[in-house]
Amino acid sequence: MSDLLLYDGTREGFFTTIFEIYERRIEHAAIQKLNNYSKGLFDEPRVIITDEMKSNRVVEGFKQKTPKGIIEMLTKVLHSELQDAEDIALNIVRSAFSSPKELRIDYRDESILRMKQINKMMHREIHRMHAFVRFQKTIDEIYAATISPDFDVIPFIGDHFEKRYADQQWLIYDTKRDYGLYYDLNEMQTITLTNAGWVSSHQINEAVLAKGEKMFKEAWARYFHATCIQERKNMRLHLQHVPHRYWKYLPEKAMNF
Amino acid sequence: MKMNVEKKLEILADAAKYDVSCASSGSNRKNVGKGLGNATGMGICHSYSEDGRCISLLKILLTNYCIYDCAYCVSRKSNDVQRAAFTVDEVVDLTINFYRRNYIEGLFLSSGIFKNADYTNERLIRIAKKLRTEHRFNGYIHLKIIPGASSEVMEEAGLYADRLSVNLEIPSERSLKKIAPEKDHVSVYKPMNWLTSRIDENREDRKKYRKVGSFAPGGQSTQMIIGASPERDLEILQLSSDLYTEQKLRRVYYSGYIPISQDTRLPALKTAPLKRENRLYQADWLFRFYGFEMSEIVSEKHPELDLEVDPKLAYALRNPDLFPVDINKAPYDLILRIPGVGVKTAQMIVKSRRYGKVRLEDVKKMGAAVNRAKYFMQVQGKALPMIASDPHRVRSAIIYQKGNGQMNLF
Repeated sequence: MSDLLLYDGTREGFFTTIFEIYERRIEHAAIQKLNNYSKGLFDEPRVIITDEMKSNRVVEGFKQKTPKGIIEMLTKVLHSELQDAEDIALNIVRSAFSSPKELRIDYRDESILRMKQINKMMHREIHRMHAFVRFQKTIDEIYAATISPDFDVIPFIGDHFEKRYADQQWLIYDTKRDYGLYYDLNEMQTITLTNAGWVSSHQINEAVLAKGEKMFKEAWARYFHATCIQERKNMRLHLQHVPHRYWKYLPEKAMNF
Repeated sequence: MKMNVEKKLEILADAAKYDVSCASSGSNRKNVGKGLGNATGMGICHSYSEDGRCISLLKILLTNYCIYDCAYCVSRKSNDVQRAAFTVDEVVDLTINFYRRNYIEGLFLSSGIFKNADYTNERLIRIAKKLRTEHRFNGYIHLKIIPGASSEVMEEAGLYADRLSVNLEIPSERSLKKIAPEKDHVSVYKPMNWLTSRIDENREDRKKYRKVGSFAPGGQSTQMIIGASPERDLEILQLSSDLYTEQKLRRVYYSGYIPISQDTRLPALKTAPLKRENRLYQADWLFRFYGFEMSEIVSEKHPELDLEVDPKLAYALRNPDLFPVDINKAPYDLILRIPGVGVKTAQMIVKSRRYGKVRLEDVKKMGAAVNRAKYFMQVQGKALPMIASDPHRVRSAIIYQKGNGQMNLF
């Protein structure tokens, strides 16, 4: 039977768990996120307390045993929230530490291939957020957007928006995971709102929008329709590029003309 | 009556939509000193129109008033359409407000020709200048260069724009003369060649001296209309090949001609040649990313692209003696020539085979289209595929498979 270890869902938490596995010489470990866990009849789970020092030691060791960029790939696997994410990550960490040589990036290996595939899914979602975030200006002059991406990509999108929108205050909020990024013209922070007041569909309340905001949404929707060549209409392709689940955040799709 | 901005936007976006260029990549304009925008990374498609095309830039004409009468163009003088013109501030305002809301990567600005080429281009440049200097805008700007533009005017355009483009529109001089009486290829190639050497010179200068500003860092592109004149794919792709190597263009766009006018100077097409356009882009890709020569894709013997199969598959079927390729031994370039194996899969194969034999199921998991690829590659423990002995049967088998797949949809 394997030892069940629960962690807080952060990267530091995961690598602290790895530290514990090696320290206690646990041979068969299963790792799960604490907030996903529902107790089974015979489980005796242990909750791991995140410890930055322990985590850092493992991360440093892992970097030395793997080619450049693998730690970032592994981090993205953990943030995918997929069922097998922790298993894949644990397998890869184990193979990295089990050999005196550098980890082989051999795509015939199931875990390595799966890491690559999950990264592809993550990158697509990150790219989609770069594309589909739609800001609306509020009465406080904050450009605000709500999102609910398939994966937990907030940690990977801030850099792009910080570089691009350096001269405006902005907020991107993941309403599914209830946290977001806020940039106040000086620095970007991760925040959780206590009084967000989202309307039922997790959109920003219209009462807080700046005057004239609707006009830009309408102009954009008009542009969107005018730029389409009717003779070439191809809805199958269109839906492939802009899947339904993103429509609610896109004024060009949500507004009727 | 004064027209409102929304109405103008509708008219002038509608008139600009036949210019198919949409790229917002390839520049290196950093956001310095906390301005607005950043055009360093790869391009982003912020939306896709219902025709399936990427929407990356606010693509508009400054005006659709035009003194020219080119048969293929919806804004030609003799066409009875509603005319409109933006003011400089209207374009600046729309661009900034769309950009701040993350609708767009920047602005693609073209125009109908009023008075002459330079006069028109100067108006376009004025907008780009205002965005860069007054609004400290670092987003992407693509400016159209009107054929016949002078070097003085282009010099200024390159200061503010990321990308410039002069459109060839019609692939041969003879056809162009017939369809667009006021235009000729000299007035296109002259500015294009000037830009080629100016962009080169700027790149060299920037290597030597740090302080030199960039000139059109996203390079230049052009567009050809396909199907409005009789040129074959051979002529079109030879021209592209020259444009990429001689003029060092970043992109050549192909725009399948949409029958927008009843003009007798044009062929009577019923529908746009979309399949042909698609095949041309595939051929273009093979040339730019797969190490193919255009002469391997089209030749006097095969002057038209095969509409039934993609050009890479067509190449493989024409050259059965080069296959099957042994994925465990062949160099990367040859693996890339296997139909159904893309750049990413080829890289994964080459990386993985250092540690042991790559099998058919590995290739499948790595993302290759195995039902095509299996005919052209040799893998451990499998009988040799029949490509060398019977390319015709392979062709029918693949087309049959494709047909079946489509049938299943219904």
